[in-house]
Amino acid sequence: MKNKEPGMTLIVKTITRLTVGLILLYGIYIVLHGHLSPGGGFAGGVIIALSFIHLMLAFGKDLALRKLGQLAASILESLGALMFLSIALLGFTGGYFFFNFFLQKGRPFELFSAGIIPLCNIAICLEVGAGLFAIFTVLILFKKSENKE
Amino acid sequence: MSVYILCLALFSIGLYCVLRKRNIIKIIIGLGIIEYAVNLFFVLIGYRMHARAPILAKDQAITNMVDPIPQALVLTSIVIGLAVTALIVAIAIRIYDKYGTFDITKIRRLRG
Amino acid sequence: MLPFFVIIPLGTAFLISLFGKKIRNFADCLANLGTLILLILSFNSVQLAHAHKVLVYKVGSWLPPIGICMVLDGLTSFMLVTVNLVSLLITVYSISYMEKYTDKYRFYTLFMLMLAGMNGIIITGDLFNLFVFLEISSIASYALVAFGTEAEELEASFKYAVMGSVASSFVLLAIALLYSYTSTLNMADISFVISQKGSGMIVSFVAVLFLAGFGLKAALVPFHAWLPDAHPSAPAPISAMLSGVLIKVLGVYALLRIFFNIIGINNITLSVFMFLGAVSMLVGVFLAIGQWDFKRLLAYHSISQIGYVILGLGLGTPLGILGGLFHLFNHSIFKSLLFLNSGAVDYSLGTRDLQKMGGLRDKMPVTANTNLIASMSIAGIPPFNGFWSKLLIILACIQANHFGYAFCAIIASILTLASFMKVQKYAFLGKLSEKRQDLEEVPLAMRLSMIILAVICVIGGILLIPIFKPFLQNAVNVLLLGTGYKDAVFGAIK
Repeated sequence: MKNKEPGMTLIVKTITRLTVGLILLYGIYIVLHGHLSPGGGFAGGVIIALSFIHLMLAFGKDLALRKLGQLAASILESLGALMFLSIALLGFTGGYFFFNFFLQKGRPFELFSAGIIPLCNIAICLEVGAGLFAIFTVLILFKKSENKE
Repeated sequence: MSVYILCLALFSIGLYCVLRKRNIIKIIIGLGIIEYAVNLFFVLIGYRMHARAPILAKDQAITNMVDPIPQALVLTSIVIGLAVTALIVAIAIRIYDKYGTFDITKIRRLRG
Repeated sequence: MLPFFVIIPLGTAFLISLFGKKIRNFADCLANLGTLILLILSFNSVQLAHAHKVLVYKVGSWLPPIGICMVLDGLTSFMLVTVNLVSLLITVYSISYMEKYTDKYRFYTLFMLMLAGMNGIIITGDLFNLFVFLEISSIASYALVAFGTEAEELEASFKYAVMGSVASSFVLLAIALLYSYTSTLNMADISFVISQKGSGMIVSFVAVLFLAGFGLKAALVPFHAWLPDAHPSAPAPISAMLSGVLIKVLGVYALLRIFFNIIGINNITLSVFMFLGAVSMLVGVFLAIGQWDFKRLLAYHSISQIGYVILGLGLGTPLGILGGLFHLFNHSIFKSLLFLNSGAVDYSLGTRDLQKMGGLRDKMPVTANTNLIASMSIAGIPPFNGFWSKLLIILACIQANHFGYAFCAIIASILTLASFMKVQKYAFLGKLSEKRQDLEEVPLAMRLSMIILAVICVIGGILLIPIFKPFLQNAVNVLLLGTGYKDAVFGAIK
């Protein structure tokens, strides 16, 4: 039973359709609750990148690149880094680099507390997720072009 | 105390792998083992006896936590290790493209 | 003002990566503008460091030792001027040189990241922050050495990357051990705790690990094996940057901070420095004479001159430290100029082999004359700047009764002169072969940066005149302060 379509077998594709959205959601949960439970920007970004890589492994690179193209990943990564830098620069309004410029401190153990840390987590998540997906895409695409020569 | 000796033993295994293996991929794996060993050592330094995980919770006292600083630093270090590994793997793929072999004793055009 | 040294390169790096492909010449303008602003800021910082002795900037207004602090003192401002001056001239040079490579905007992105890492290492006052910026800078340089993706560049970059990663792991292991002993990461606080608790065996082990890790980044013998492969294979502005600034900031500056200000020096450390410096000098220059590749010869000379710097610094006397730091500044200037010259020759001729060149003096006057100035500088001929710094180091050796080391320094100087006379003879004098009659001089941007560097070579001796001496003297005072660094920083925090 040869498999003529790109990607893996039918079982893998069905399970991927069911779980990849949940993996993305789990990654976003870890990013947003970075100040309340372990995780934060890096770990959440890696999980979000893994959901896209899972899509690429199961369905083939064309479909995954339609969901998030190579140029889009590159732009998202630079945007994430610039967002992080601008959050740090906005701290200058309070007088110091990286200052916590929210006026009300919030109550502990709530989702909207802990100053600029959730915003930094979101910026880091964008950068790490897009960066990791871009690295994977470039390595896959290089192998393709080497075989053509 | 024996845990730290084992961490340093893991470090030496990784160092042996980088020094003596001839295949590029094995050298990269050895580099990964070195990074794991150093990160593990750093996390284990923060251990306190009979302490719990360093997460602030409403109903528990904050005095018997393990040290949270090494955990934050190791997170950064793991990401740095990921970046180095990605770069070295990309270089290794291109080396195979140019030289046609993974054996480092044959990749010796620069000498003298 | 201090965080701008890191913000500006990081911001320009990501902006160039975002817009560099769409808008033409955007990358060139932004990168050069960025380095120009950094140079102006670093001149400002020299003035600030001269007015107040130590300035501390608390990031996010968290007090150390909980927060990260950035420290500006004499040594910091000295290194900032060195790094930013050389990087401005190199970005001007690479406007024309990098036209030969594709993806010029990615080059500028990586270059700005490397510059951000180096500036971060210089200004930080926290040990783990130093490690993070060290890694940023190192990873950017691994990618830059492999930029042309020819076979030799990839091999050199792989070798450099593996050795550099092992060195960084040594540094991280040393930081972990130091943290377990002192339970703090702030540099001033670590030296305070060590002075109170006393330094036992663990501090000696940590010192050896730091020497191994940072010594590899500084290309001291026996950790020098990556340098003769990595520096010739990189594109010429990157070779100039690597050899001119990177090995000094990542290697020598970090060693100075750790050993002079944090751990504290004793006679054993100083004699290890002097021994390694002397061995580096001799090994570098003996291996350099037999080379026929222009850039490889220059790379071996880098090892030798860094040996001079470490020898001067290892003497521990005020004159020795002054000589060592002055030679560090001079070496940045003339070694960058030599590498930019070799890049200009490569741009026009397409070869780096000395036996294939000859008689370039008529066709490429700017390159030939600046090469002559830089060669006389590195060999230590008066009145160029190399002469003054080498004289200071040799005088300091004699003053401290280390006649053997002074003799080694003189031998190395004579052999350096011999090898550069060989370069001049084979590359620039002699007759031009017929198939090369239509050579041209290199474009304006490359000529401009080479001329400016040559002018600084010629007038570099004036840094010893009393008006400009505070520039060097502040740096020397910080190092002589030794572990008094912590008192200065604690005093300035309030």
